[in-house]
This record gives sequence, structure tokens and C-alpha cells, in this order.
Amino acid sequence: MSKAIIEHSAASETFNKDESYVNWHDETLWFVRQKRDKSAMQLPEWEELRESASQIKHYVLSHMDDLLQSFEAKAKENGVHVHWATDAAEHNEIVLGLLKKNNIDKLVKSKSMLTEECHMNEFLSENGIDVIDSDLGERIVQLRNEPPSHIVLPAIHLKKKDIGDLFHKFLGTEAGATDPQYLTEAARQHLRDKFLTRRAALTGVNFAIADTGGFVVSTNEGNADMGAHLADIHIASMGFEKIIPNQEHLGVFLRLLARSATGQPITTYSSHFKTPREGQEMHIIILDNGRSAQLGREDFRNSLKCIRCGACMNTCPVYRRSGGHSYHNAVAGPIGSILAPNFDMTKNADLPFASTLCGSCSNVCPVKIDIHEQLYKWRQVLVKAGHVPKAKEMGIGAMSVVLSSPRFYQWSGKLGRSVMRAMPFVVNNSLNPWYKQREMPEAPTESFRDWYVRNRRE
Amino acid sequence: MLLYRRKMSSREKILQQIKLNKPAETALPVKSRFESNYENTEKKFTEVLASVYTEVIVASSREDLKAKVREMYAGVTNRATTIPFLSEWADFSLNISDPHDLETIEIAVLQAEFGVAENGAVWISDNHLPHRVLPFITQNLAFVIPRSKIVNNLHDAYQILSDTTGWGCFISGPSKTADIEQSLVIGAHGARSLVIFLLEDQVNI
Repeated sequence: MSKAIIEHSAASETFNKDESYVNWHDETLWFVRQKRDKSAMQLPEWEELRESASQIKHYVLSHMDDLLQSFEAKAKENGVHVHWATDAAEHNEIVLGLLKKNNIDKLVKSKSMLTEECHMNEFLSENGIDVIDSDLGERIVQLRNEPPSHIVLPAIHLKKKDIGDLFHKFLGTEAGATDPQYLTEAARQHLRDKFLTRRAALTGVNFAIADTGGFVVSTNEGNADMGAHLADIHIASMGFEKIIPNQEHLGVFLRLLARSATGQPITTYSSHFKTPREGQEMHIIILDNGRSAQLGREDFRNSLKCIRCGACMNTCPVYRRSGGHSYHNAVAGPIGSILAPNFDMTKNADLPFASTLCGSCSNVCPVKIDIHEQLYKWRQVLVKAGHVPKAKEMGIGAMSVVLSSPRFYQWSGKLGRSVMRAMPFVVNNSLNPWYKQREMPEAPTESFRDWYVRNRRE
Repeated sequence: MLLYRRKMSSREKILQQIKLNKPAETALPVKSRFESNYENTEKKFTEVLASVYTEVIVASSREDLKAKVREMYAGVTNRATTIPFLSEWADFSLNISDPHDLETIEIAVLQAEFGVAENGAVWISDNHLPHRVLPFITQNLAFVIPRSKIVNNLHDAYQILSDTTGWGCFISGPSKTADIEQSLVIGAHGARSLVIFLLEDQVNI
């Protein structure tokens, strides 16, 4: 059932076949990064806000069990049902059980990366439930039968024409239409009907508040609210790290979230749910799925502070030029690459290497996660645990032999230079990964060391 | 030795695992509230809203508001409001039990609580709303807030919201999306337009 995984480097190679497309993808995301900068710079307290957010989240990590229990107690007082799921399978079973109990076979869903992580849509459809994603970008990728390529901008890898063709096929729009206004209107009509007829709605959770039992869902489209307020049953799924201590801390997080994500001062809708509306059932599912293990990894636990803004993706030179799908994980980019090995080291061993370690991700992170340092640390863990491909391991081994012996280093440098001068085709060929997209340098006749020794003598 | 093991629930398992793995206790930050000192709070509010395609209109009195609403939505049918003194303007009763019946509303003029200058958000809640879906399902939306009730930033807002109602929402601008090639389109699933009326000199609307 599970698809074979194509390693990040191989998938990126496919992504890079069309240079103008890659350039467009790169520039589009960089533009979002620039909007983030402009927005952040308007707040003189921006750096203090980041520090405050990071510290609140650290408090959360160190009081996680107490905060979750307080949240649960309050939510129950508010008339909300609280469920706990240790893994994806249990989460999906809970959702299915709730739908079956109420004889519901159609679900409308707003954006939830957690349900992507759990592969919930596939599971529910195998069990006879029709799931409709209502966020426009998510609906687009759902119709294409592919996962989102970005946590905030799910269809960022697609051009207008792709979406026009898709909507022509599925929503009956005019052939060849590419006007975003026209296409969005078609999706609005198509989804409005779903909102009006579906009895169950599932939303994600951006923040869950321990001292009120409430939770906040942020959208620009209004799809989470359209679904939840019309449905008989509202299910909200959250990873347990979404908890924050007090409602007033939303002041810090909501000021950071949209500015970091898209450069907006706030999303259009920040919906605060506390009690179900009259006659409605409200359920919250709290999911672990490896998070409690991650909490125990000292070097990596800070990744649980993430508020899913996507800023690290928009700024990442590797993400921008390789696309979200190359990461074969629900959350792509730098943050995905430090979360994924926690789920499965074998499957995701390539991801921490999909980085230049430039550190830009850590610089823009609104909760100050040391992302690039964790990428570096994961590499060490993965190599030690034997999860790295033999070729890479041998390369690293050979490198360490050469670099630890000065004589051998000098000799192999000399050899390399003369080979490159005499027989450049040995390195200038497609078998050499360093030759891709670049020319090899002209080999100098002597090394710096030779030059230095000679000049010192003179 | 006989070991008796009760099967642990998922809840117990998760909490136990967290307890085992969590880091040493740290404290909350000393500072998590910041001040924004705008020269003119209302001006900032209006500017931010203009950038999200929302007009802010000052009404000097109830009569003035009535006239402005009439003029702005002249010719529109299926008009709803939660504001008593506008009830004769409305032609759509909100006195229904199934929220799906709100589907045909073209314009809803709703009482909201306060605005936030830094991001143009307006807080609306169960306090003033008979149906939660109303601000989303209506094709067009207008809020009325007292002119004096605009706070500087979200920290100030949460001081007012120390106890939220069953449901409430910050709404900043009309529904929008940029999911097709990053082109901004107004009117995704929620309201296609938003207007905010600031009502002068009223303690309560």
C-alpha cells in the first residue's frame, strides 16, 4: 500500500528538469519570504516577540502533561468530548467511529496537516467515507490525487494552467480558462454546496488553550468556520504540542503566525471555539504519534515548538529549488526534515541532508527553533545508526582518511590536479554529481601549500 | 512473583510517556505583552483595513448610520441585521432554527464588539450573534462598532477578552485566497465584501 520512497536528491533532479519552472517556483516563494520581512520589520518588538514565543513554548514542553490535563478538564466542562490517540491508526479509527455512530458517510475538512500526517483521507475513503478538502489549495491537490507541497500554500507547485485544466475536468469550467478570479469562483460554488449538505466537519487546531479549554483555528478563506458552524458534528484534531498555557498568550502567537507565514498582520479569520453550539457535538482528538518520543530527545525536542507558519520553507534555498513533494513527508522543508526522522529514521534518512546548513530557517523561525543545528545533529545520529546509504558513508569514510593524514592529503591533491588537467573528461561527465548544473574549475598547477613553501624559501 | 497489569488507556500512555520525557521545568517569560503606541489608533485601523480591501466609515448617529446603510446596500434583497434600530431596514428574519436557512442572505449588518488597530481585526462573538455561521455564510458583511472601541494591538485585545464566550472570532477583511499562483482573490468561501461602520458617541449600540 505504501508508495516506494524516492530520495530527496533524486526527486529534486526531476523537479529541476525545467529550468524556467524551477526559477518561477524559487521566485514565488522568495516573494512570500520578502512579504514576511516587510511585515516583521513594522514591529519594533519583533525579536522580543520571537523570544517570548520561544520561552512560552519551552514552558509548554516542560509542563506538557499538566497543561494537557488542564485543557482536557476545561474542555469537558465546556461540553466538548476529548479523545486521546497514541498513533495515526488510532486517530483515524476515532474519526471513523464518530462518523459511523452518527450514520455519516460524508465529511468536509478544513486544512489539517495532522490528518495528512495520519493519511486519514485514504483511510476514510477505504472505509466508505467521502472526504472533501475545503481549503482551495487543498481541494486542488486532492483533485489531482497528490499531497500538499507546502503547509500554508498547498498548491504552490502548480501553475494557473494546471489548475484551469483540472477544474475544466472536474468542475466543468471553460476549457483553457486560467483567470484566478474565475477559477476561485467556480471552487466557491462547488464547495458551498458541500458546506451546506455535509453533517460532519473536521478542522485542525492552531492553538489549544490550557486555561480555558478553547482552541483557535486560523484561515483566510473562512472554510473552517463554514464547515464547523453548519455541521452537526465538529471534530478538531490536534498534535499535543499545540497547547499554550493562557489565552492571553494568543496575543504573542497570533501576532507572529500570519506575519511569518504570508506577511499578513493576521489571517482573515481567527476563530475561537470553546463550547459546541446548541444541538451540536464537538470532539477534540489529541494525538501523540511519536511526539512524546521526540520530547525525550534533548537535541530535537525544540522542533515541537513549531507553529506551522512555513517561513522556513519560503526562505530555504533547497526547498525553493526542489519543491515540497521531494521531501516525501506531510511537512516538507527544513522543519519537516527535522520532524520526519523522528517518525521513521530509515525512510527519512535523506531529509536532514537536503540542506545547505545556511541557517536562514533558524533566522526566520517565529519560535526560534534551532532548525539548521538540528539538521546537522540528525546527520550525525543517522550516520551512527547506519541509516545513511553505503555510498555516502564510504565517501565520508574516505574523506576522513584523507583529511586525517597530511601526507596522503597532499599526495591525493596533487594527483587530483594532474588528472583534472590531463584528462578533464574524467571529472567533467554526468557520472560526477558535482558536474551537474556547473562547470568544474580549472585545476591550478600548484596547491596553496606548494606556493607557500616555495615563497617562504625565496 | 505475579505481576498484575491493567491495560493502560491511550490517555494514560501518552501522559506517562510525556512525564518521563519532558525537559526540566522552565518558567514563563517575564514579558509577553507589548505596547503599540500609534499616533492615531483609528487612523492605523483604517489604513490596515484599506490594505485588506475593507472600507471604514464613520457614522455620526444612529440616523446617520441608517441612512448610510440604506444607501450602500440600495437594491439588495435578503438583508439581515442583529442591530435593533436597523430592523425595519432588514427583510430577512434571523429568527430561524436551522442555520442552513441563512444561505440566501446577501448582506448582514452585525453588531461587533471592538476593533484592533495593528491588524484591522474586529471581534465578534456569541454575545451578539444568534448564529455562528452568519458572518461567513452571508455574501456581504458589515460590522458596526462604537467609534471609541478600537484598541492598539492584540495584547490589549486579550485584556478585554479575559473570559471569552462559547465562540468568538477576529475577522480582518473579506474572505480571500491566493492559492492559485499567489494571485489574490477576494471572496473565497466567506463574505465577498466587508465594511466597518464606526458609530459615534454611543455607549451601547
